[in-house]
Amino acid sequence: MSEANMSATSSDSAPMILLEHVNKWYGHFHVLTDIDLTVARAERIVICGPSGSGKSTLIRCINRLEEHQAGRIVVDGVELTNDVRKVDAVRRDVGMVFQHFNLFPHLTVMENLTLAPIWVRKMPKAEAEAVAMKYLERVHIPEQAGKYPGQLSGGQQQRVAIARALCINPKIMLFDEPTSALDPEMVKEVLDVMLKLAEESNVTMICVTHEMGFARSVADRIIFMDNGQIVEQNVPEEFFNHPQHERTKLFLSQILAH
Amino acid sequence: MSDAALPAAMPKPATNPLTWMREHLFGNPFHVLLTVLVVWFLAMSLPALLDWALLHAVFHAKDVRECQAIDTGACWAFVGEKHRLILFGLYPYDEQWRPLLVVILLVALVGVSCIRAFWNRWLVPLWLVGMAAVGVLMWGGVFGLSYVENARWGGLPLTMILAFTGMAVGFPLGVLLALGRRSELPAIRAISIVYIELIRGVPAVSLLFMASVMLPLLLPEGMNIDKLLRAQIALILYASAYLAEVVRGGLQSLPKGQYEAADALGLTYWQKQRLIILPQALSISIPSLVNTLITVFKDTSLVVIIGLYDLMNAAKAAIVDPAWRGSAIESYVFIAAIYFVFCFFMSKYSQSIERRLDKEQHPS
Repeated sequence: MSEANMSATSSDSAPMILLEHVNKWYGHFHVLTDIDLTVARAERIVICGPSGSGKSTLIRCINRLEEHQAGRIVVDGVELTNDVRKVDAVRRDVGMVFQHFNLFPHLTVMENLTLAPIWVRKMPKAEAEAVAMKYLERVHIPEQAGKYPGQLSGGQQQRVAIARALCINPKIMLFDEPTSALDPEMVKEVLDVMLKLAEESNVTMICVTHEMGFARSVADRIIFMDNGQIVEQNVPEEFFNHPQHERTKLFLSQILAH
Repeated sequence: MSDAALPAAMPKPATNPLTWMREHLFGNPFHVLLTVLVVWFLAMSLPALLDWALLHAVFHAKDVRECQAIDTGACWAFVGEKHRLILFGLYPYDEQWRPLLVVILLVALVGVSCIRAFWNRWLVPLWLVGMAAVGVLMWGGVFGLSYVENARWGGLPLTMILAFTGMAVGFPLGVLLALGRRSELPAIRAISIVYIELIRGVPAVSLLFMASVMLPLLLPEGMNIDKLLRAQIALILYASAYLAEVVRGGLQSLPKGQYEAADALGLTYWQKQRLIILPQALSISIPSLVNTLITVFKDTSLVVIIGLYDLMNAAKAAIVDPAWRGSAIESYVFIAAIYFVFCFFMSKYSQSIERRLDKEQHPS
């Protein structure tokens, strides 16, 4: 595709995220093999697969926490290259939620939330705090605004992390196994927040998770990865009821067995 | 309700001194042995020390012979006689109110800087103005003050100027070097590594010596940097290399997720370092930072070898006087006490910061 074509990708019909022949190696280990993926605006995608299959690496390439070595990644019309300005432009539109929350422990919840709006979006402090409060209410913990992350439970921390990512008003939300570091009793409160986000907003979501109930009710499409490849992708109904590949069947049988 | 149903109450900590002693000093045979040894040691040394320092000390005498005639203890009359030489070096006697004012000014600046309410953007300008005032007072030549060349500066103000400037310039430089050593840019990383390893790999004494003797050789003909400035540069180099490694230790102890979260939010490199990474890395490294700063403070005394009259050298100079021959101990105890006050303050202050940071982030 030429540069001229690329610049026109901001229209509504153009994909939000486009990956073409993306390859990545860690040393000799081929972690992503020839990934092709097109994500539409407001689409909800769940990526699952065994550990080490490259699913986290894949979504971390989308906001350039990892660099790909071959192929193209275009996010909302901006191709990710070594150009720092393009990387910054993409990161301004992409929110990310990590497995281990990665809140800033030396800042209060409010300061965690207003950091990017104030420093990246150059928003006045009062306005940033109002936005932060709005999102804290959406994740049901406005009363924790003045506390430090260390004083919150895991589930509360992850909800703060989701609010923090939403505060930059992203077009895309990436979730990297958001519930797998949580104690079981806290998984639901986080999934509920994510569900509500999917219902009430039109943000594009890509979520790496093994929560198949969540996938079934939220995902437009489920992608199964193994050995750095996209093995199979389908709408939830088909994906769960009629998996095509042996590896998908095996994986589903393992995680749905109990 | 019976007692058994109540949750077990936490045993009250012993408040009675006798109980406390039984628990902490005579808890088991080993503790008894240690306690006896310590008490024996104190009993042997304290009375002698007290005798020397106070009971048999002489506070007024006109020279060391009179001291010895009066009593057998310390001759503090020496300090009474020589304190101005030790504190202010060879600074003109009649003008010594100026270095005294400088000491007070520097102590005040440090005092203000230690109060959190003053941690704002006025602090750096305040220090610049303060240091300018220090320069005016020490050099003079303006406002009717007579000019005093810096070869005559000495004693405590010289030590404080060397130490504070060394720390104040060495610290940011050290932070930059630490970041440079972890940079993804190979040139910057290489420069940082070579700098740190070179400076850290040679003794501070040889660094001072090189700055004093070799720097003039490397400079173009006719260009002359003054001796004090050369010593100051050497101390800054020395402090920055050590501080860089301390800061790097703090940087490395931060989880990778902190960097990733900052990146994902779209913060620039410098925003990330300033807002997320350094505040955490520096507060983790407070104990070793202060350790290094204390070392730097005391190592200013090494400027003796290039002939600057800092506190240490002034103390040495004071005991050369034949009238006070044999007063070395008094002289060194006097300056040791001064060094101790400064270092002890640094240590206590760093502990209070640590406690406050800890309380802030984990109040429970």
